[in-house]
Amino acid sequence: MSEFLHMGGYAAYVWPSYGLALVILVYNLIGPLAQHRRLRAAILRKARRAGRHAR
Amino acid sequence: MGIKRFFHQMGSPQYFYRVAGLWIPWLLGASLLLLVIGWVDGLVYAPTDYQQGDSYRIMFIHVPAAWMSMFIYMVMAFSGLLSLVWRVKMGEVIAVSCAPIGASFTLLALATGSLWGKPMWGTWWVWDARLTSELILFFLYLGVIALYGAIEDRRVGARAVAILALVGVVNIPIIHYSVEWWNTLHQPATITKLGKPSIVPSMLIPLLIGALAFKLFFFATVLMRARNELLERDRNTRWVKNLLEAEAK
Amino acid sequence: MSQLSLSAAVGLLLRRDLVLAYRRRAELANPILFFVLITALFPLGIGADPVLIAKVGPGILWVAALLASLLSLDAMFRSDFEDGSLEQFMLSAQPVSMLVLAKVFAHWLVTGLPLLLVAPLLALFVNLPTDALGVLLLSLLLGTPVLSLIGAVGVALTVGLRKGGVILSLLVLPLYVPVLIFGADAVQTAVVGIPATAQISFIAAMLALALALAPMAAAASLRISLS
Repeated sequence: MSEFLHMGGYAAYVWPSYGLALVILVYNLIGPLAQHRRLRAAILRKARRAGRHAR
Repeated sequence: MGIKRFFHQMGSPQYFYRVAGLWIPWLLGASLLLLVIGWVDGLVYAPTDYQQGDSYRIMFIHVPAAWMSMFIYMVMAFSGLLSLVWRVKMGEVIAVSCAPIGASFTLLALATGSLWGKPMWGTWWVWDARLTSELILFFLYLGVIALYGAIEDRRVGARAVAILALVGVVNIPIIHYSVEWWNTLHQPATITKLGKPSIVPSMLIPLLIGALAFKLFFFATVLMRARNELLERDRNTRWVKNLLEAEAK
Repeated sequence: MSQLSLSAAVGLLLRRDLVLAYRRRAELANPILFFVLITALFPLGIGADPVLIAKVGPGILWVAALLASLLSLDAMFRSDFEDGSLEQFMLSAQPVSMLVLAKVFAHWLVTGLPLLLVAPLLALFVNLPTDALGVLLLSLLLGTPVLSLIGAVGVALTVGLRKGGVILSLLVLPLYVPVLIFGADAVQTAVVGIPATAQISFIAAMLALALALAPMAAAASLRISLS
């Protein structure tokens, strides 16, 4: 296992590469999800307010 | 005709929103599954390269990321073309959604190229043809993102992005060729140690699986962003309100 | 109102822009001064070693020309946008791309061509051999119109924006790379004494391509910016 983590001496280059890839993938996933949640909340809030005024 | 009807239906934001919502979980699931398989295969089972040792395993990230950076630009330009020439509204939504994802994959290709270059060349950065092209591509993406961010009206901004993407796609081959030309003149040929390692099937398979995983991931996230873009654009329309209120119940 | 023929319209627009530029002739010196200044900055930055300067000279000259041309881009459509004449061009019966081409040509005549006049002087600054001067001028003659044409698309996309200038350079500079590479390399090759036919041909080909496509792209961009 430690040999695997050692990556033949290139651990300092291999693992950051995979780590960075993971960070970028997660960022691309979280970003739109968070934006979706924000948008939905904003639109619903506005719709509710408009509905109250109509009554 | 099937394809014509498909485009017509996809032109409706409501329909697109719904169908994209059905596809996203499957695309994302398949992508993550392939990613785990590809990375485990690449990190554990693929043999050590006799020249580069284990450092070549960065290739399983770097090369797919570089492919994606080009592929996403092509998708962006093609969507832009669809919106400008055939007035396919969804084209500009897709084009705009492509840019941040493309930029992030380009950044990944640059950073992993640098991380791979350090043990191979001894320096973090070399003005080699591929890295330089990738850097210019990154600037092209940043230009698209900045332009879209600067224009207040989203529809106007999206059309400007479509044109810029098309201008960029005409220029990319020229830029690529000129950088290759420049590189062969100004670099000693021996430096291309980071050329393709002699690739055997046991290395090729995780590479292709990884590339497929990235591609499906891109499709999933571009649809997610396009859906947000639609909500934002149509936030004052009835279909958005009805949809969100139905979801909220 | 009688119909104007296309060539008459293009000629009129060209003359109008040149007259306007002549009225603001104090501004005509700006690109030239900028070109000279950037070239003068390089030796200050990298040291006065004549051999080193001669070696990087072609690159310096081309980078300076590129930046000087970038600096003057912003003015291409700005005043026409602000006084509304740009919208009049859009409404005219003539193809907008041809009008754009006329404007770009006028702009190049007052900002690009003058760079060629000072280039021989700057060639002395960087110890360029006189044999290479012809190639330098030829590369600038063919290359700077490409910069203006590509720049026109960028200006057309950003003309309505408040902070258009910064974005303009971000849009345009990456697209300038091929011109820079072939332009500087042509001069570099001439310095060594090898004919630079290949590089010059590439620049000429880029000019042809830009002449064909850039006016269309700029016209489409203007239509979007003005909507």
